[in-house]
Amino acid sequence: MANSMPATEAGHHGGDVTKRDFLKLVAGAGAAVGVGAIAWPLIDSMNPSADVLALSSTTVDLAPIQAGQAITVVWRGKPVFVRRRTPDEIKTAQSVAQNTLADPALDSARVKPGKEEWLVVVGICTHLGCVPIGNKPTEARGDFGGWFCPCHGSQYDVSGRVRHGPAPANLAVPPYAFDGDTKIKIG
Amino acid sequence: MAGLHKSEFANPVVNWIDTRLPIFTMMQKEYGVFPTPKNFNYFWNFGALAMINLVIMIATGIFLAMNYTPHVSMAFDSVERIMRDVNYGWLLRYVHANGASMFFIVTYIHIFRGLYYGSYKAPRELLWMIGVVILLVMMATAFMGYVLPWGQMSYWGATVITNLFSAIPVVGESVVTWLWGGFSVDNPTLNRFFSLHFLLPFVLVGVVFLHVAALHITGSNNPLGIDVKSPQDTLPFHPYYTMKDSVGICVYLLVFAALVFFAPNLFMAAENYIPANPLVTPSEIVPEWYFLPFYAILRSVPSKLGGVLLMFGAIAVLFVLPWLDTSPVRSSKFRPIYRNFFWVLLIAVVVLGLVGAHRPEGVWVVLGRLATFYYFFHFLILLPVLGKLERPLPLPESISRPVIAGGGGPLPGGAAAKPMEKI
Amino acid sequence: MRIVRILSLAAALGAIALAPAIAEEEISYAKQKWSFDGPFGTFDRAAAQRGSQVFTAVCSNCHSLKQAYYRDLKGIGLENEAITAIAAGFNVPTVADDGSNAERPARPSDHFRSPFANEKAARSANGGALPPDLSVIVKARDGGADYIYALLTGYGEAPSSMKMGDGMNYNKAFTGSQIGMPRPLNDGQVEYADGTKATTEQMAKDVVTFLSYIANPEMEARKRLGVKLVLFLVLMTGVTYAVKRKVWADVDH
Repeated sequence: MANSMPATEAGHHGGDVTKRDFLKLVAGAGAAVGVGAIAWPLIDSMNPSADVLALSSTTVDLAPIQAGQAITVVWRGKPVFVRRRTPDEIKTAQSVAQNTLADPALDSARVKPGKEEWLVVVGICTHLGCVPIGNKPTEARGDFGGWFCPCHGSQYDVSGRVRHGPAPANLAVPPYAFDGDTKIKIG
Repeated sequence: MAGLHKSEFANPVVNWIDTRLPIFTMMQKEYGVFPTPKNFNYFWNFGALAMINLVIMIATGIFLAMNYTPHVSMAFDSVERIMRDVNYGWLLRYVHANGASMFFIVTYIHIFRGLYYGSYKAPRELLWMIGVVILLVMMATAFMGYVLPWGQMSYWGATVITNLFSAIPVVGESVVTWLWGGFSVDNPTLNRFFSLHFLLPFVLVGVVFLHVAALHITGSNNPLGIDVKSPQDTLPFHPYYTMKDSVGICVYLLVFAALVFFAPNLFMAAENYIPANPLVTPSEIVPEWYFLPFYAILRSVPSKLGGVLLMFGAIAVLFVLPWLDTSPVRSSKFRPIYRNFFWVLLIAVVVLGLVGAHRPEGVWVVLGRLATFYYFFHFLILLPVLGKLERPLPLPESISRPVIAGGGGPLPGGAAAKPMEKI
Repeated sequence: MRIVRILSLAAALGAIALAPAIAEEEISYAKQKWSFDGPFGTFDRAAAQRGSQVFTAVCSNCHSLKQAYYRDLKGIGLENEAITAIAAGFNVPTVADDGSNAERPARPSDHFRSPFANEKAARSANGGALPPDLSVIVKARDGGADYIYALLTGYGEAPSSMKMGDGMNYNKAFTGSQIGMPRPLNDGQVEYADGTKATTEQMAKDVVTFLSYIANPEMEARKRLGVKLVLFLVLMTGVTYAVKRKVWADVDH
């Protein structure tokens, strides 16, 4: 808009200047508030809508999963691996030296206390987002018994931690809680 | 440097941009210092209001389009999802739907202002005709937009209006099939209406730009209808008319808000909350209120082709209006006889609107024919004839000295002349 | 001449104001008092909850409410556990692991389940008539809440002069007075959880309040925002007008 006021501004008397300036300030402030108030609903309409938020948690029944088995469930449109580890796998996971890990993390910090046989991780490779394979025993699991990402060769162990390859971080653990012993609610 | 604009803005960033693309200079010239007649009344607000309304429609429309699905099996449900699940979706939808009504309210007032004050007369003929193009594009956009929620009125309104084109001799049926993309209004029709409804508002932005550009060449008309004679007759657009327009905008938003927040379905036909059903015709097929006068003209004669020709003719006469009106005087302020016929025209258009809302039975048929007859009589016969016969009142000397030239008593020295009585 | 113009304009404006009334059908029905009337109206929570009880017990046997979700019951004051329990009482279609059609209990995030699988099933169970979905019925009928109330309470004995069609029921609020829906509400039909006496009129009032909420779940937020915005705009009109007057003070116009 115009940078400078035109020269034809009508002359004003002393006392009116402050009154007019105050009014102008109020008008300008009101207009700014108005514009902000208009912008917010437009922006907020792009935030997750009520139906998307309503589907933000998923319940998983754990009963059918055998030891050594892993399944994939969908949570918020993403794959989540739920794996029931054998006692050997748990021991292996717990005894890995932290200084050998690219993204150090204790196995106990990635599972729920008393429920160490259940590992729940988001099945998205932290490198560039492919879905790693390894849920089925017949699939390649990489050298560490966990998951192998075929896109660029990242390998994860039975705690979902990255052990090899370009991925910078461990598989993410989503927020979840046990609902009794045989169900978990993710999200 | 060669080719660079000479700019003198204090802010260095603004100056850098302006020397390469003088948008700030342009804004200064067209909306800052632009000499505007100083005697505008509030009817001159409505062009600016229409522009604001267009921006509101585009903004809400874009965000609605993020959530709308243009498929017959999902359109109605997607609109309901917008109303219920999308954050502030109800607000977007109600602003957009009521905004269409507001757009026609401000535009119709803007047009009638032009009719009363002779804003269509030389040298503003092209400005006026561009305005009629704007009206046509608005009508096409609104018509297609109303189809999108895929309610009963959406579907049947689309069916009735597209069927009109079958009145064209020889090629009519083929044209209708081509418009539909099938053998009735169905998914292909809905899809293409969505695409075109999204496109046309941006076409409208372009045409509005031409409209304002043409206006800035001729300068604005004013309530006295006389030309600007000197800079004393004008004021810079900013701050005088930016502030006056701000008042108008606040009142306009007040009316808009009252509608959206407290009577959001006042203009919405209840039938349109029933999902479209090709097997069941509603008891009354009624277009939105802003189309009712044209709907009445369409149904005023028993012939299908005749009705279509009259309906399009009603807009066609607007196009050639600058050449129909033979009066040497612009403003109705100085046209004592024409002034009354202006009101008769306005009443005739309102009557046509009422006629359009009713079934063509009984008294409504007679009223519709009378009002249609008057409409065409007004433009095609009255304007050319009256312009020649009427004795206009004497025009004032200038806008800043609105004293009757050669008559009236001496003005008290130095006193500001009172403007001519407003209508 | 001027007075003629003013009178004609007033007449035209008066006609516009009356137009909606003129355009309506001839049937007249009483205007009720609703808790949600007016710019400050709200949905009476107790009435809406009773209405949801009427809907689930009576109406949902034939009518779907497919635009609404069970979680919408939160807006009429029901708690999460109550909503989960209500939803779980209904079965919604799903696909079993072997690919066959199966059912599972509904969740709060599900739409209200439809009583019939599709339109044909609905028609064949209702003598060829299709019970309309009720999600937006209050907006889909001229007269809105008043009309729906009049319809639910408009059943009675047909006058002896009227020949009733096969399977049709007399209802004085319905166009043509003959409606396919048999009388849905009778005194004492529902045992209200809050102990209110369930007369036909009471149930009708409550279920219409509930359906008005379902049709306009955003109403309370909309009116609250509207009041704030209108007050703000009234203020801004005053302020901008004052600035306009100041700016124009020294111009003769």
